[in-house]
Order: sequence, then C-alpha cells, then structure tokens
Amino acid sequence: MHLEEFAGGNSFFHRLDPRVKFITFVPYVTAIAVMQGIKAPFVGLIISAVMILAAGIDIKKVLNRLIVINLPILILWIFLPFSYPGEGFFSIGPFTATSEGVLHALSITLKANSIVMATIAILGTSEIFSLAHALVHLRAPVKLVYLFFFFYRYISVIHNEYTCLKKTLTARSFRPATNMHTYRTYANLIGMLIVRSYERSQRIYKAMLCRGFKGTFPVMSHFSLKKSDIAFSATMALITVIIVII
Amino acid sequence: MHISEGVLSPAVLAAGVILSAAGVAMGLKKMSADRMPEVAVLSSAFFIVSLIHIPVGPASVHLIMNGLVGVLLGWMAFPSILVALTLQALVFQYGGFTVLGVNTFTVAAPAVTAYYLFSCAIKRNDNSSLTALAAFCAGALGVGLAALLLVLALVTTGEVFINVAKLIAIAHLPVFIIEGAITAFCVLFLKKVKPELLN
Repeated sequence: MHLEEFAGGNSFFHRLDPRVKFITFVPYVTAIAVMQGIKAPFVGLIISAVMILAAGIDIKKVLNRLIVINLPILILWIFLPFSYPGEGFFSIGPFTATSEGVLHALSITLKANSIVMATIAILGTSEIFSLAHALVHLRAPVKLVYLFFFFYRYISVIHNEYTCLKKTLTARSFRPATNMHTYRTYANLIGMLIVRSYERSQRIYKAMLCRGFKGTFPVMSHFSLKKSDIAFSATMALITVIIVII
Repeated sequence: MHISEGVLSPAVLAAGVILSAAGVAMGLKKMSADRMPEVAVLSSAFFIVSLIHIPVGPASVHLIMNGLVGVLLGWMAFPSILVALTLQALVFQYGGFTVLGVNTFTVAAPAVTAYYLFSCAIKRNDNSSLTALAAFCAGALGVGLAALLLVLALVTTGEVFINVAKLIAIAHLPVFIIEGAITAFCVLFLKKVKPELLN
C-alpha cells in the first residue's frame, strides 16, 4: 500500500522543518475554515494553489484528489442555493435559487478546496514518520503519537493479510452479491483479520519487552531550524493575519 | 462517515474539538503500555476494513464497524478512531484537519455508547442468538448514532442544511442493517475462534 503519494521530491516544501509545517498549517487552515463570506476563502484558494505549484508535485494527481473531494460538495450545490430565503437569483421550475444560497455554497467550495490543497502542499510533502516525530517535539501526548506510529507501521502488514484472505476466497470461487452468504463471508474475513491483528500485536509487545521497552522511545535525532523555515513561518503568519482581517 | 471541510460553523467545530479531546484523554488514560500495540494494530485492521466495499443491489457501501471497535476497545475507541481519521485526512484528504474533532466524536461517541450498552450482553452469555442480537444492535447503533450526530452537526450549523441532513439520514438506512448483520456474524466468529478477545 503506497500512501505517501506526494512525499517524494526535493522542493522548498519537501525540505521544510516538519515542526514549522504544523505551526504554520494549523492557524492557516483554521482561519480559512471559520471565516465568513467568500473573500477570505478566495485569498486562501489562491495562496494554496501557489503553494501546490511551488511544491513541484504531480498536478494531475492533485486534480484527481480535488475531484474526489468536490463530489460531496456537489450535493450541497443541489440543495443549498434553493434552501435559503432571500432575493431570487435564478429559478428552475418551481424552485428559486437565492444569491445568498449561491454565495454560501461557493464559500464552502472555496474553503474545502483551499484547505485540501494546503494539506497536500504543506503536510503531504513530508513522510508520515517525520510528521509523527515532529509531533513528539511539539509536546503532543506521547502515548497518542506512539499509537499513531504503530498504527501506521502495521497498515501495510495488515493489508497484506487482507490480500491473502481475499485470495483464498477467490480460490474458492467466492463472488460478492447482495445476500446473507456474502455478508457472512465478509464478516468472517473481518473476524479473521481481527484475530490475526490481535495475535500479531501480542508478538509485537513481547518483542518490544525483549528489547527493553519501558513505555517510551528515546528520540535520537533532533530537527534544526533553517533561515528558510523562519522566513516561511513569518510569511504564513502574515497571510493568516490578512485572511482574518479581510 | 465524515463531513468535508468548510461546511460547519466555528461553534460546532470547536464543540467537536473539545468533546473529542475529552474522549481521547479518557481513552489514553485507560490505555496502558501493554495494550498500546493491541489498540494500534487493531486500528490498522479497522482502517483496512473501512476500505472494503460491500455490494448492496447495484451500488456498494463501505463499512465503518465503529460498534465493534467500541465493544473491543471501550474508551480506547476514541484514540483509535482519531489516529485513523488523522491518517485519512493526511493521505486521502477525506474529512480533513479542521473537522477532525467533529468527525472523531461522530464516530467514536457511538462506539463508546455501544460498549456500555451491549458489551456486557455480548461477552457474558453463552446463548449464541442473544449474543448475535446484542452484536447486531451494537453495529446498527454505531452507524445509526453516528448518522444522527452528523445530522445534528449540520442542523446546528444552519437550518439551510436540513434537506442535506435528511438525505444523509436516508442514505444511511441500508448501511445501518448491513453493519448490524456483519457485526453480528463477526462477533459469533470471534466467540468461536478467539473468545479471549471478548473477555
């Protein structure tokens, strides 16, 4: 399972300190998410698009992601413009769309797209493990970070187990359909997956004990701030303030 | 079961963060060092399970299984679901970071509810039809309550979302039954194959 689609590369964003990424990302997307109207989300959209271009990642892949993200928003476009009281903007048959409704739908669309692009450009360009490492340095609850670390570490392992189980089903000519047999088979597959995960986790814990695990991992490497990290933080702080003010 | 970025009001987003933070804190307190690998690898398993598509007529639905997560993990369902949704936001951008609080609470609170209501009936009896019934209820309640919380988040954001909320509620009806059935079969399987998991 390849999950870190955008992490490979050598752009400015790939080289940023992961700690700086979190410190700049969180206020920026929060500002976009809570602002009313379309001005702030529009500025956010432009800034995020610039960041995507600067990150030098495959634009086609980014666009594919954006299409998937916008599908549920499309449903909002069907309902929202017609649910608002206010001045008529256009009408289809008995339904009248109001300009307030259209603006609200537009605001949501701009917000979602700008936040998603910022996520890909800022966080997506780091490996998951270095982001987890940064969270330890940022004083996130270590238990939670360890949990995330192991959870992510074993996804591909469990995915292999799942592929194996599916192969055994195919070998017995199982074809999914809408019936109880299918549901029972899937339930047994999930049950087996849970059993294997549980047994594996017990072996993992024993192996950790053998290696002297006492509940914490020593952090060996430390990040160091570069001039470019500080410059990026200052720029993002300025942009976030602008988004809040306008 | 997740809501996109940019839809909910700041008040709803903040409420989600606060409630989830409390739940996660509670879960982390209950998670001793010796259970951390178990919670982590089971979270990986449920992440993979959520990628399975189950056919329903011409369409298909994907599983959430939060009821079973709750029965197996109790309060630790909160951190388990938080890490899964965080990864989803990171690598697929489904859901997202600003709605992480709301989405975690929407999925994990029903899990913990299922734990309190049904785990006793599932674990402490030998009658398999009673176990299956309790497990069905846990699975169905997990999704049903999650859909309800999602509708609540939308409607408290604004009354304009009422039609969308209705659509979400209707769309979850088949999922409701399928989740219940699969949870019931799955619990019966676990009782037979690995009973200590349910102790």
